[in-house]
Amino acid sequence: MGALARTPLYDVHRELGARLVEFGGFEMPVQYGSILKEHAAVREQAGLFDVSHMGQIEISGPGAIASLERLLTCRVETLEPGRVRYGLLCNDEGGVVDDVTVYRRDPQSVMLCVNASNVARVDAWVRDKAGPETSIDNASERTGMLALQGPASLEILPALGAKEVTSLARFQFADFDLFGTRVTISSTGYTGAPGFELYLPNAALVSAFRAILEAGEPHGLLPAGLGARDTLRLEAALPLYGHELDDTTTPLEAGLGRFVKRKRGGYIGAQAVEARETQPDVRALVGFELTERGIARQGAPILWDGAPVGVVTSGAPSPTLGKPIGLGYVPRRIAHEGGGVGAVFAVKIRGKAVAARVVETPFVSKIDRKADRKS
Amino acid sequence: MSEYTIPDDSLYTEQDEWIRSDGARTFVGITDYAQSQLGDIVFVELPAVGSMINKDEPYGVIESVKAVSDLFAPVTGEVIAINEELNDAPERINEDCYGDGWLLEIAPTEDSEREALLEPSAYTKFLAERDE
Repeated sequence: MGALARTPLYDVHRELGARLVEFGGFEMPVQYGSILKEHAAVREQAGLFDVSHMGQIEISGPGAIASLERLLTCRVETLEPGRVRYGLLCNDEGGVVDDVTVYRRDPQSVMLCVNASNVARVDAWVRDKAGPETSIDNASERTGMLALQGPASLEILPALGAKEVTSLARFQFADFDLFGTRVTISSTGYTGAPGFELYLPNAALVSAFRAILEAGEPHGLLPAGLGARDTLRLEAALPLYGHELDDTTTPLEAGLGRFVKRKRGGYIGAQAVEARETQPDVRALVGFELTERGIARQGAPILWDGAPVGVVTSGAPSPTLGKPIGLGYVPRRIAHEGGGVGAVFAVKIRGKAVAARVVETPFVSKIDRKADRKS
Repeated sequence: MSEYTIPDDSLYTEQDEWIRSDGARTFVGITDYAQSQLGDIVFVELPAVGSMINKDEPYGVIESVKAVSDLFAPVTGEVIAINEELNDAPERINEDCYGDGWLLEIAPTEDSEREALLEPSAYTKFLAERDE
């Protein structure tokens, strides 16, 4: 393994006592103190995440929108400037190259926010597949990214001078003059909590991080690491690349059909994605809770009537619900025939069958949209 | 000196377990260093009462939010009792790893194995060297 990359906040993380782990080729904080406390802070007050490991690719030019319409499963033409949409890039076999958020900056310019581990391949993929009059700029190395998540985020950012963030609708973004620089702020996140994601130049990252921590302190804000980010996104049933998504899984198997232009098609992999639907081995992602003691981790076999039929993709104790939850793939046939909410099965953990039950996702109810706006 | 609590009345292993005998009874648990490294402990799987644990071999599993770790036996012996309270409150291990967060009561069967255990001073030194 090569040397790990560090974000400009590395020294700050050390100073705050973070435990650092490898993630997506970066040395990132997994926790500063207790994952459970960081998780609770995001649900009840606020948490601040350094997510500068994530990549940003700027795509612009007269051909940019047409190129992206072909690269992405979601519509781009109809995305208004100032709005964000979730989408996926598929390969020719219908598998997922990456899942991204798409920021329409202006009519001819779009930013893709991509997973850290996929920056290089998405950059190469987009360059290879883009049509004419499309310029591509990988801004990942010069761009920092913070996620301020939790209900108190709506008080913390305005207190720092970005008063108008409270008028951003969910999945809306704007540029703000903040921390002595230009910051793109979107009402988005990966936690199932209200909050914001901030994109700013690397040079401003340390001062911005410290300023937010200080302004957030009276609100109960904690710096939060990837450990809490993972339990939060799992409670919200948001997929994680490398777990629920990979280049052999279609967006429809992952339950992401609402982000796919199924009728219109026209994106790379469209035919293969639809063809998979009619194959006997097509899978479905299900959410479950364990009804016996244990934690189902990624890779644990799913047993249906005692037979191995699938595999767990993510599992953790849900700090909010106080019980173990998880996501996993089973054959679509099983999910449709008696595998709906309430169906009982088992997960094999260290050789033992542990009882599980299919439940609704998201595990923790969706963001209260009203609370997310200034009410 | 160590930043971790290492009580004088116990012996230790390089797998970060403690073992303490007070007269007739012997208890086993994980050290302050171990619980601190694991972070929030959310699940413990312990052997059945009456089963045997074997020195340096895994006898159970401890899970934090992010990770699964094996528990390694400090000595060979029979399991006399397990800390049932940990089923509902695994966080006792974080709160009080040498007290309410004990894991097993055992009856050691090989007296000679005690000689291989680390005295508190030796475990302190071991941790200091490992952290370097």
